[in-house]
Amino acid sequence: MDFSLTPEQDAFRQTVRAWLKANLPREWKDLGRSDIPRIETYEILKQWQRKLYDAGFIGLTWPKEYGGRGLTFMEELILQEEIALAKAPPILNVLGVGMAGPTIFAYGTEAQKKRYPPKILSCEEIWCQGYSEPNAGSDLASLQTRAVKDGEYWIINGQKVWTSFAQIADWMMLLARTDPNLPRHKGITYFLLDMKLPGITVKPLRHMTGDADFNEVFFDNVRVHASQVLGGVNQGWQVGITTLMYERLTLGFGLHMRLRIALDSLLELARRMEKSGRVLTHDPLVRQKLAQSWIDTECLRLTGARGITRLLRGEMPGPEASAGKMVWVETHQKLQELAMELEGPYAQLAKGSDWAVDGGAWQHAFLRSRANSIEGGTTEIQKNIIAERVLGLPKD
Amino acid sequence: MDFGFSEEQEMLRATARKFLENECASAFVRARMEEPAGTTDDFWAKLAEQGWLGLVYPEEFGGSGLGFVDLTVLMEEMGRAVMPGPFFSTVLLGGLTLLEAGSAAQKKEWLPKIASGAAKATLAWTEPNARWDAAGVTTTAREDKGGFVLSGTKLFVPDAHLADALVVVARTAETKTPEQGVSLFLVPKGARGLDVKLLPTMDQTRKLCEVGLKDVAVPAAALVGAKGGAWPALARVVERATVALCGEMCGGAQKVLEMTTEYAKIRVAFGKPIGTYQGVKHKAADMLVDVENAKSLTYYAAWAMDENAPEAPLAASMAKAYASDAYRKLAGTGIQLHGGIGFTWEHDLHLYFKRAKSSEFTFGDATYHRERVAQLINL
Repeated sequence: MDFSLTPEQDAFRQTVRAWLKANLPREWKDLGRSDIPRIETYEILKQWQRKLYDAGFIGLTWPKEYGGRGLTFMEELILQEEIALAKAPPILNVLGVGMAGPTIFAYGTEAQKKRYPPKILSCEEIWCQGYSEPNAGSDLASLQTRAVKDGEYWIINGQKVWTSFAQIADWMMLLARTDPNLPRHKGITYFLLDMKLPGITVKPLRHMTGDADFNEVFFDNVRVHASQVLGGVNQGWQVGITTLMYERLTLGFGLHMRLRIALDSLLELARRMEKSGRVLTHDPLVRQKLAQSWIDTECLRLTGARGITRLLRGEMPGPEASAGKMVWVETHQKLQELAMELEGPYAQLAKGSDWAVDGGAWQHAFLRSRANSIEGGTTEIQKNIIAERVLGLPKD
Repeated sequence: MDFGFSEEQEMLRATARKFLENECASAFVRARMEEPAGTTDDFWAKLAEQGWLGLVYPEEFGGSGLGFVDLTVLMEEMGRAVMPGPFFSTVLLGGLTLLEAGSAAQKKEWLPKIASGAAKATLAWTEPNARWDAAGVTTTAREDKGGFVLSGTKLFVPDAHLADALVVVARTAETKTPEQGVSLFLVPKGARGLDVKLLPTMDQTRKLCEVGLKDVAVPAAALVGAKGGAWPALARVVERATVALCGEMCGGAQKVLEMTTEYAKIRVAFGKPIGTYQGVKHKAADMLVDVENAKSLTYYAAWAMDENAPEAPLAASMAKAYASDAYRKLAGTGIQLHGGIGFTWEHDLHLYFKRAKSSEFTFGDATYHRERVAQLINL
């Protein structure tokens, strides 16, 4: 066991730190939420990601020939830690970097691997994920969007929903049913879909924060060339699952670091808010809750470090890794609830009020956090997966 | 960075698991918990033979010179077996205190004996006030005729009835800050005025005693460490012992998880194994998360101890806060998922449930350690 860094890794940390200090966007007034990109910040975030890309601080673990740096997860971890310390903005093309890219490396043809990943990193092309449908959420394999072969093309008809970034996305990771006669997991194909094709309609959906950053996406006879299939016809389930695995692994890094930022801000909040005439940090119950939040956040870091160790050793992720997403969700939702508790009656005031704490940022983050246990696999589904795949309990 | 165990450590785990499965099965545990001794001479000799009684002591004192990460592996296996007996009190309390604070002569006299299995020891620290801080030390040590006279009552002292040597925490001076004036004394078994009473405990695998000190006279040479300055060393010992205890708790929790999932695979209700139902699956998944998280924090704390990392006290408190809650919850859920059989004396689950409870309150419960975390992160 060894938590020390090599001299090279330490030098890398210093380089990142110095670069972040010099390059943080001035207009980014981070108030310290574990922010998922919001519409009004898209432009700043796009420029920010481009800046990171030009400096070589994105896609560290991706192969060099496809725009990455060919470094290890250790450098990725260091980078993410520094980003958290600097309270730097999140990256905009998070689905491309976290999911599309790694899946293309795993299943793509040489042409696909050359074509897509570099533009994902530079944020020239933004990706969204077309998995969920009105009747296929947790039960993803029941998806009904159809793709019918027509010569060199596939004709897509159907609908996706809860599609984040679809309104600005250039590409979609699309799962569609290509053979309804096969068992449901086997007749699905993964497409790399150009969002500018005729027949695609994106309708923003407003969610409970009031923002409209996820969407319904309708396909009306959309013609996709056969070369846009990733990983083979009717192999989409396997490919899609791989995407989710990467999502949990790589997004996990970033998510933990954003949690760290939120926690630091939460402690800050507790130090300046009062309840019944005394500073919150003097309240024994508040102290208990803040300490637990600290412990849970550290725990995510350490469990993550165990997973990374396995990867660095060339082993498969162990049981500790499978729960990462679900534990992050629990920790984050508890943290946001605690922020409301700390604010007390001020928790009722939102953006627009001069009285709102931190301009109402916590209120938004609190509401947004409700989606965490639903998006990217509900907590209930995560628990089924852990019980069945890790603990070996029987499937229903 | 490498946050995993080495091949040698995995070998130690395999050896310990096999040894304990053979030598410390349920029947052995149950027989030992009925008796005051908590162990047998034969079993104790075998622990010594394996080198485990001196695992973390330097080689010059008959130990193996290994660290707390190595020890954690062993503790996990001991927790898995709910191993009874005075291992913890001897090796990690009495012995470790001598190693940390003792004079060269004291170390030379006692540590080889402990490592070889020839002597047992314990730490008589807590008192009826049930405090873990320095202010809780009210037992007095008065200087008299070139030596000291100890008076007071110690409570929750593990295995004092078996110890050849008790390291007694006593106050040599009343000072403004309670940490100052705390001293340690080596009191041999049978000392005049020393009154040890074995107490009935809920967790019968852990023997706790009341230790009465009625004008117990000891020579100056019985002082362990500096007079009045023992608190930092004691705090370090307790932090280390806390981490070792967390290791034991992780091992016990892991075993409860395994027992429960195995049972859920074979127990049929409404025509299906109960593990098919989400009401069971989701609880099992929660158990896995709790045990894995407890391990992450415990391993980190063990590493921090070995490295003398500045965050070691914080790491120890994070681990104990988490493990205290986690083991208690896991053991309770384990019983619940087993149904009626889990509530029987015959089934081993209650051994784990009770161990979880006794461990929860040893060295401070989750609430205590969360407050300590709050202090250490400058809240």
